Amino acid sequence: MILTANIDMGQLKEIISCVFILLGVFFMLVATIGLLRLPDFYIRMSAITKGATLGVGLILLGLAVHFNKPSMLVKILAIITFVFITAPVAAHVIARTAVQNKIPFWDRTNLTEFRTYLHREHLDGEVNGDKYKEEKEGEKAKMNEERAEDTG
Amino acid sequence: MSMNIFEITLIIAMIVLSFCLLLTAIRFALGPSLPDRVTAFDLIVANVIGIIAIYTELTDNEDFIDVAIILSLFGFLGSVSFAYYLMRITK
Repeated sequence: MILTANIDMGQLKEIISCVFILLGVFFMLVATIGLLRLPDFYIRMSAITKGATLGVGLILLGLAVHFNKPSMLVKILAIITFVFITAPVAAHVIARTAVQNKIPFWDRTNLTEFRTYLHREHLDGEVNGDKYKEEKEGEKAKMNEERAEDTG
Repeated sequence: MSMNIFEITLIIAMIVLSFCLLLTAIRFALGPSLPDRVTAFDLIVANVIGIIAIYTELTDNEDFIDVAIILSLFGFLGSVSFAYYLMRITK
């Protein structure tokens, strides 16, 4: 019966908002320390993609709880949806670019699955490991043939 | 002016996020490769979105949240276009 006594809704709102914001800031701090301390580009990127996305989401949820308005909630849900969709896409694109640019892996990373994938797709002989390059070289060879026909 | 626990929490959150920004800037300066700098830029954008959110809450001015919407759009566009550019110049 003590619980049903007068609860100050404003203060309750502030406490919930504070908990969300502190959790979000904690995840941001963990992600940043991961970015600074982890040994290799791919591990660092995995740390910040998960940690920073969750941290931003929690901070914005705390903001939504504080304002307690539909218009604010719609804007914040728009940002959260956008961040949750785009952060993995951006991480995927950058990691793919890094593999093509031969950014080195950590020496203790287990790469057997990656190497079997490259072998299966016949990419292990490629310099950059990309199919796009093969197409480009095919076009170049065709152009050279045409030029030879013109002159000959 | 007495500060309640809510404002103290927000100011602590602001300080921690500013510290995160500083650590990210160190990684941005260290590198060692260009994709490292692109991901550090990504984290800087996420940190600034968090700082804008906390500033919105601290000042009770809800116009600032539009800045966070635009920033989340442009951060994604920036990192993807930079990755695309990086993919093309190494061909």
